[in-house]
Amino acid sequence: MTLAETGAPAWSWNLLSDFQEMWSYPFMVNAFRAGAVVAVVSALVGWFVVLRRQTFAAHTVSLVAFPGAAGAVLLGVSAVYGYFTLCVAAALVIAALRGGGDHHESALTGTVQAFLMASGFLFIALYRGLLEGPQTILFGTFLGITPSQVTILMAVGAVVLAVLAVIGRPLLFASIDPRVAAGRGVPVRALSVVFLVLLGVATAEASQITGTLLVFALMVIPAATAQLLTARPALSLALAVLMAFAATWLGLTAAYYSPYPLGFFVTSIAFAGYLLALGWRSLHALLASRIGARLTSAQVGA
Amino acid sequence: MNPIAKAREAVSTHGAPAIPKHRTAGHDSSADTANTSVVALRGTAVRVGGRTLWSGVDLRIGAGEFTAVLGPNGVGKSTMIKVLLGALPAAAGDVRVLGARPGQANDRIGYLPQRRSFDATLRIRGIDVVRMGLDGDQWGVPLPFPSARRRADRARMDEVIELVGATAYAHRPIGQCSGGEQQRLLIAQALVRRPELLLLDEPLDSLDLPNQSAVAALIGRICHQEGVSVVMVAHDVNPVLHHLDRVVYLAEGGAATGTPGEVITSGTLTRLYGTPVEVLRASDGRLVVVGQPEAPALHIDRHDTPGSNHDAR
Repeated sequence: MTLAETGAPAWSWNLLSDFQEMWSYPFMVNAFRAGAVVAVVSALVGWFVVLRRQTFAAHTVSLVAFPGAAGAVLLGVSAVYGYFTLCVAAALVIAALRGGGDHHESALTGTVQAFLMASGFLFIALYRGLLEGPQTILFGTFLGITPSQVTILMAVGAVVLAVLAVIGRPLLFASIDPRVAAGRGVPVRALSVVFLVLLGVATAEASQITGTLLVFALMVIPAATAQLLTARPALSLALAVLMAFAATWLGLTAAYYSPYPLGFFVTSIAFAGYLLALGWRSLHALLASRIGARLTSAQVGA
Repeated sequence: MNPIAKAREAVSTHGAPAIPKHRTAGHDSSADTANTSVVALRGTAVRVGGRTLWSGVDLRIGAGEFTAVLGPNGVGKSTMIKVLLGALPAAAGDVRVLGARPGQANDRIGYLPQRRSFDATLRIRGIDVVRMGLDGDQWGVPLPFPSARRRADRARMDEVIELVGATAYAHRPIGQCSGGEQQRLLIAQALVRRPELLLLDEPLDSLDLPNQSAVAALIGRICHQEGVSVVMVAHDVNPVLHHLDRVVYLAEGGAATGTPGEVITSGTLTRLYGTPVEVLRASDGRLVVVGQPEAPALHIDRHDTPGSNHDAR
């Protein structure tokens, strides 16, 4: 199931030779390329997800990726198409439900979500040829990423980044302050629909690396970590990308040299980063209040 | 006796007759004066869901004037702002804003919607929120190189943040700022593009009393020093009264416009409410309105803060 069982490669601490060894396998090169694309795309989209507090929508879209992939495999087409089709469709459905402007859709979303998960399970059961059952779809894999899959990920990722670059500033405005943005002529409703579609696409991309259940590892954790560390939007975005990228590449390396699955490593590395950021923030706040208290007491004494 | 002079509120929905507009001689809206005014309404009426909120409103606001829109709850004060923004068409009459039809000159208007506060966990700095007012509606990514444009933007933001007195906390995440601090930053956001007209919807709502008068004084200062016309929807006339140039008093179906001295009088308010109302002037210059129907509990709560009820016994 893992490389380690077939003939374990050993980590030598000589980074150059280690990476040379990993990258002598085309499938590892593909995995690193795909991982880089997915990290950048999902960190940027995820930053807005965290800012807009749309993690439930992201969660729904990512779960829907499961029946999408399972259904595609059952139909005999590449899972890639299943991911993209169902994720974007789910994003559009959420956008349509939002039409009323209220957030009453959560019950309905939950209902449909459960049904779709069950359908995905059925598809898996119907397709007897699938070797590992639902596990790779749910928790991700880096084996068997094809060059054509990398090309698709790159092309779609480039489109997502281009759209995000164009709508970035108005989207930030509409996310922070929708009413003033609308007063300034920003198409808040349209931006929200476009963003949900971007979310669907980014989720479909991330699902192929982390699996549908661990999409948040690249979507939410890096962005949440970055927003803990800084309140500057540009720096925060850059940090999110950096952290998602680091988590993916470190995760891939760890998964290659150890018998444990990729999804675990990517998620755990991202989570460790989050914990470190949280600790740094608390320490910072503690020191600031200490210094503040000392200053006040000095002033009182003077 | 009611401690707060509430020249506002609480006309019982039944007994208020339609009031003919009250106009004073000085504000005749002939065609040529309408061109020079920032806001000009003539015989304007507004209908929402088949119900006429107010009608027959005539109003002319000149450059650099501070106008408050007062009136009972549900009478359509915020609707006035929507009409001026062009978000709601007037059912009758003529509306001109900055010499154009409403909505045509919105890029010259600064708008502050009704009180919104930012989530305490929102990790965006105050200065970024102000910046949204400057270029948040522009598509594309700003170039990361230093340029004259960039320096000018930076200088303008520093200037406007200084103007509202927010320099000390503009770099803090806005969620961690107090209500008054957030309101100042939002006013800076509305001002950053040098608008000619500032539309403020209840900017003092849910601020504590010291902050109410401080923010009111700030708005008055901006209005008179920077020459920005201000239209402000207000609940309580008192914090703003001595900064005001003009008052629009809306009541069921009618309206009175003029200077505060003309509108907030026993005669005018008695006509608007259809019940005897007396306006007294306290020794500190505050107007006290006596005899109006009881204000709803909602508004009493709002003033139930230390310092406001010292003489309520």
